[in-house]
Amino acid sequence: MNETTNGMRPAVELAGVVKRFGDRSGTEVTAVDHVDLTITDGEFFSLLGPSGCGKTTTLRMVAGLELPTAGSIRIHGEEMGLRPPNKRPVNTVFQSYALFPHMTVAANVGFGLEMRKVPQSERRELVDWAIELVEMGSMAHRKPTQLSGGQQQRVALARALVNRPEVLLLDEPLGALDLKLRHQMQHELKNLQREVGITFVYVTHDQEEAVTMSDRIGVMHDGKLLQVDTPEAIYERPTTRFVADFIGQTNFLEATVAGADEVVLANGDRLRLASDHDAGSAVAVTVRPERLTVHRRGEAPTDRHTVDGRVETVTYLGNAVIYGIGVDWMHLEVRCPATLAGDRREVGDDITVSFEPEHAAVVTG
Amino acid sequence: MPVEAPPGDAPVGETESEGASEVATPGLERQAERAKARQGFLLGLPTIIYLFIFFIIPLGFVVAYSFATRTRSGRTELRDFNLDAYARLGDDIIMTVAWRSLWMSVVTTIICLILAYPLAYFISTRTPAVRNMMLVGVMIPFWSNFLIRTYAWRVLLDSDGLVTQAFEAIGLGDGRILFTSNAVILGLVYGYLPFMVLPLYAAIERIDWSLVEGARDLYASGWAAFRRVVWPLSRPGVIAGSMLVFVPSFGAYVTPAILGGNKEGLLGSYIVLQFLSARNGPVGSAVSVVVLAVMLISTLIYFRSGGKNL
Amino acid sequence: MSKGVAKSTAEPMGASRWLLRGHSAAVFAFFYAPIIVLCVFSFNDSNAVGNWNGFTLDWYGDLFSNKNIKSSIWVSVKVCVFSTLIAVVLGTAAALALERFRWWGQKAFDAVLYLPIIIPDVTMAVMMLVFFSETASWFNWIPGLNLQDGLEKLVFSHVAFNISFVSVVVRARLANLDASMEEAASDLYANRWQTFRRVTLPQIMPGVIGGALMAVTISLDDVVVSSFVSAVGGTPLSVYVFGMLRKGVTPLVNSVSVVMLAASMAFVVASLLISRASGSESEER
Repeated sequence: MNETTNGMRPAVELAGVVKRFGDRSGTEVTAVDHVDLTITDGEFFSLLGPSGCGKTTTLRMVAGLELPTAGSIRIHGEEMGLRPPNKRPVNTVFQSYALFPHMTVAANVGFGLEMRKVPQSERRELVDWAIELVEMGSMAHRKPTQLSGGQQQRVALARALVNRPEVLLLDEPLGALDLKLRHQMQHELKNLQREVGITFVYVTHDQEEAVTMSDRIGVMHDGKLLQVDTPEAIYERPTTRFVADFIGQTNFLEATVAGADEVVLANGDRLRLASDHDAGSAVAVTVRPERLTVHRRGEAPTDRHTVDGRVETVTYLGNAVIYGIGVDWMHLEVRCPATLAGDRREVGDDITVSFEPEHAAVVTG
Repeated sequence: MPVEAPPGDAPVGETESEGASEVATPGLERQAERAKARQGFLLGLPTIIYLFIFFIIPLGFVVAYSFATRTRSGRTELRDFNLDAYARLGDDIIMTVAWRSLWMSVVTTIICLILAYPLAYFISTRTPAVRNMMLVGVMIPFWSNFLIRTYAWRVLLDSDGLVTQAFEAIGLGDGRILFTSNAVILGLVYGYLPFMVLPLYAAIERIDWSLVEGARDLYASGWAAFRRVVWPLSRPGVIAGSMLVFVPSFGAYVTPAILGGNKEGLLGSYIVLQFLSARNGPVGSAVSVVVLAVMLISTLIYFRSGGKNL
Repeated sequence: MSKGVAKSTAEPMGASRWLLRGHSAAVFAFFYAPIIVLCVFSFNDSNAVGNWNGFTLDWYGDLFSNKNIKSSIWVSVKVCVFSTLIAVVLGTAAALALERFRWWGQKAFDAVLYLPIIIPDVTMAVMMLVFFSETASWFNWIPGLNLQDGLEKLVFSHVAFNISFVSVVVRARLANLDASMEEAASDLYANRWQTFRRVTLPQIMPGVIGGALMAVTISLDDVVVSSFVSAVGGTPLSVYVFGMLRKGVTPLVNSVSVVMLAASMAFVVASLLISRASGSESEER
């Protein structure tokens, strides 16, 4: 049933959504595989995943540009069914911006209002507001071909926002911009979202982008929604190997579940770690490189879990040092803040790596 | 920072939904796809109907005519279907005309290729601005009235026309080539040369020149580099251009009519003759069908050999 | 040639270089010489075409006072305008149906649409002659439509082959359009018709106009089909001129020719200018 937070219905609810593409020859592709998702009203939500994971298809189904093969899509509780895009209270910012080249910026922005027969005086006020919002006031009379990529992107944004949609959908809008502009736009988008208070659903393959901007992230892979959580939870407590690996860097220690709060590592060490999985199931313990500490052999504190190994590589990054540690049954990466050369370990040193169990997570897959 | 509410509140779109607001199922998805397909079909329907009435049916009539009977008075009647007309195709007259048409269109194609290739190559070595100018220069005659362009040669080749006079002046003997097959070939080449230049240019322009430079670097002479690199890579253009010249030349009517007089009958003129003076519908239709078949086969060969859309 | 390559490496050196240039110049001369000669001799004060006798505008005067020619021009214009209008509407609809939708029978329709382009004019002429002689009476129930000997025959025949040309040009333009623009329009509450009228049509307009100009040219140029499908209502200019030509070379024919040539060249230049203007305007980033 509908969850209500602060008395508002969830902005978007997907239940059992499936999308299958098939051609005449019979080959079928399941692009979206039974996705269940609830997006809260007013949040900045990102769908994150590699190319081909189904995130764009999911977004397009919310927009109405594709129709689901099965499942239900609700916007603020209202079932969208097979409604075409022009009958849905959502607007989309396209990856290629899709601005109309034969119309001025102002005409582009006002297009949706025109289609909804908003009277001209009201339309002009709204268009002015939207153009000012994205700081394109001086360009209202230019044509899209006269604008830079970043400017076109803002116009696309204004064109969607001016309609005050219930949900704004963004399909990798920053992909075509160079790095510096992209970072700047990320901040602006985040601020904009807070300012207008509209629910944003943002699709991207860039995990840094998702982590920077989102209130919550949904990670997708092969058509399935693997985990939905805040950026911090996704980073610190991933539930699957894919999620752990896709976001940032991580280490995997193969293990088996021994009980409700104990796992056995592949080398026999026991570790106090709670998990929901059945005893005996094969899992991995994942620890982020920056949560590992390197000590001289034998000098590790006893309240942390330890693994002995030898330094294989040392990479100096300026603000950090990365040690590649060889342990007889695998390889670990440790990230330490930069130390002066005298304090650093060297290749060939016998060392002990330690971490606190609460910084580790148990993942499957 | 205070949130600025937009002035007034824009009304959200119509709430009554036109499309069903039911939960999706594979059946419903297929239904929606079928609805869209139907829309596309309806959009094309007027054109389909038009072409059916004014193209397919006429074509059907001609094919039917080729099997029909010719009455003594010259009328064609759609009864007693037979293969008489096709049997006539083996007649000396028709075979002569057919071979002459084939030979002339092949010669025309070859001459066009020889004339057009160096020109297309030259144009592609120019700077973009000059290139465009030259292409426009080729396209203007291409688009100008075909009839008049062919007539211009009639003027030049007339008994006291400039070319005739020039030939005599140079001493090439009797310059009267009007109403000979040479005049027709000249007219065909003149008419269809642009059709050869443009596809050739398109193909040559696309060649990655670094391949030739690579060949030169590997000690190939200019001529060898051309033969082994440029020529093979330009082949799609050669094939396209040849098709575009051969097909209309084979069925040409206007050019032989103006420049060939009545002596050098080609298939086009023969067909016209059957319908207008000889009043033999079946034979005229049979020849038309054969000409159409030759065209279709040539086009199929062109597409099979990897040719792209015209 | 790949961009930025020095001309010197693409062009042959030495003797071949001048051979190539000479050849190209000769071909261009070949293209334009007959046209120029024709123009020059249309001012020739003489019945013969070989010798220059002095400048005169007599032949143009004859042309403009010739009733037959004037009425054929009128016939040509009428047929051309009507057939182009119909061909543009049907051709654009066909292009849209083929590029933006997927339906059963589409491939077959696509193939049929190519036939009028490759069919030889003689065959087309025969087809239309036979068709109208057999079926004119079928259409008698439609008031105002005279397919026995009206100009309608010409219009319908011209439309039959022009639809394909228009649709090829419009399709090329459609294929280059960013399909997400139409999705954006739909996302912004436009229905199908509004999307077409406000977003698609303005974008394909250069293609539609190009197709229309092509149809106009082909219609005015057509000789064989129009002479077979003769109408009592009058002969189009091209057919009339063709008749004149077969009788022989006269200066009057020359002046008609020059005027027709000038008109068609004007069309070419116009369409080139239009496509250049719109090309720069809607250039994708």
